Amino acid sequence: MDDQLPYNEIIDVCLLAGKIMLQNGAETSRVEDTMVRIAAAFGCGDSHSFSTPTGIIFSLDGMHPASKLIRVSQRSTDLHKVTLVNSISRSISSKEMTPEEAYLRLKQIEKAGMGYPMWGQVFAAFIASGCFLIMFQGQWNDFIWSCIAGGMGFSCLLYLHRLLEVRFFAEFIASLVVGLVAMFFVQIGVGGHLDTIIIGAVMPLVPGLLITNAARDLIAGHLVSGLSKGADAGLTALAIGAGISAAFVFL
Amino acid sequence: MMFAQLITSFIASAAFGVIFNVPKNSLFQCGFVGMLGWLLYYSLVENEINSIIATLASAFIVAVISQYFAKRYKTPITIFNVSGIIPLVPGGLSYDAMKHFVGNDFYVAVQLAAKVFMLAGAIAMGLIFAEVMNQLVTKYNRRKLRLGS
Repeated sequence: MDDQLPYNEIIDVCLLAGKIMLQNGAETSRVEDTMVRIAAAFGCGDSHSFSTPTGIIFSLDGMHPASKLIRVSQRSTDLHKVTLVNSISRSISSKEMTPEEAYLRLKQIEKAGMGYPMWGQVFAAFIASGCFLIMFQGQWNDFIWSCIAGGMGFSCLLYLHRLLEVRFFAEFIASLVVGLVAMFFVQIGVGGHLDTIIIGAVMPLVPGLLITNAARDLIAGHLVSGLSKGADAGLTALAIGAGISAAFVFL
Repeated sequence: MMFAQLITSFIASAAFGVIFNVPKNSLFQCGFVGMLGWLLYYSLVENEINSIIATLASAFIVAVISQYFAKRYKTPITIFNVSGIIPLVPGGLSYDAMKHFVGNDFYVAVQLAAKVFMLAGAIAMGLIFAEVMNQLVTKYNRRKLRLGS
C-alpha cells in the first residue's frame, strides 16, 4: 500500500505550491504550513519543510525518504495567487484532488499574469497618493499634484522593475522622480506644500507587505526569514529616503 | 474634516489592495479594515494621546479585524493586514527625519529617526498582541470543546 504513493509527484506539488506562495508575498510560516498540510493530505504524514525568503527545502521521511531543494530568486507581490494556492491546498486537504490535478492547476496559476492590468495599478497609486496627502493634513488644492507625482513615481518603479535586476535601484529612481516632480510643481507655483506632496506621493512605494510579513514571521519563530525580510524592508526604506534626499540635493 | 479622513483612508487602503493584487472581491474589506484602523488612530491622536500608543492600539484592532475577516472569507490574513497597516506606517515622520539628515541637522534627525523606530515597533507589537490573543482564544475554545465532549 505504502509503495503506491507517488512520492516524487507529491514533493513536486508541495514545492510548486510553496514556490508560488513565497514568490508572491506569503509569510514563511504559511508557506511551510501549507506544504506540510498538502503532503499530509496525500498520505505522507512525516514531512519537513524549511523555507527562507530565498529558497525552500522539503523532505519526506518514512519508507522512502526523499528531499528536494528549490531556489527562489525573483519575488514580487501578487496576493491573488497566494489566495488561489491557499484554496487549492484547502481542496487537497478535503481529498478532492489528486496530485496530478493539483500540479496542473498550480502550473496554470504560476503562468497566469498579474491580477490587475498595469494601468489599473498605476491608477491605484495615483489615487492613493492624493488620499494619503489628505490623511496627512494636506490641502485639497495639492491633491492633484500629489496624485501626479505618486503616479509617475510608481509607473517608474513598475517599468524599472522589468528592466533591471537591482530592485533597490528601481526604488531609488522612483522616489527621485517623485521628489523632482513634486519640486517642479512647487517651483512653477501650482503646488502649495512641498513636504506633504512628497509624503503622499511616496506612500505607494512604502514596503508595507514586507514589514507586516517580517513581524508575523518573527512571531511565528521564523527568525531567519523574519530578520531577512526586516532587512529587506529596511533597505527599501533606505533607497526611498536616498532618492528623496538626492532630489533635495539637485535643488 | 472627519468625513474626508474616512473617505480618503478607505480609498487609499483599497488602492493599496490593487497595488498588491488582492482578489477583487476582498477589495471592499481591505478598504474597510484600513478605514477602521485610521479612524481609531486619528481620533486617538486628535484627543492628544501619544502617537505611539495610538499606533499600537490601531495596529492591534487592524490585526483582530483581519483575523476575523480571514476566517470568515477563508483567505490568507496578510491580504487584510497589509491594507490596514499601510496608513499607520510613519511615512511623514521618516521623511522629516531624512530631510534633517540631508540638511546636516543630526540632532533633530536622530530624534525623529528614533521616533520612527518606536512607531514601527508599535505596529509590530500590535500585530504580535493580536496574534497571541488569537492563539489564546483558539486554545481556550479547543479545551472547552474537549472538556465538553
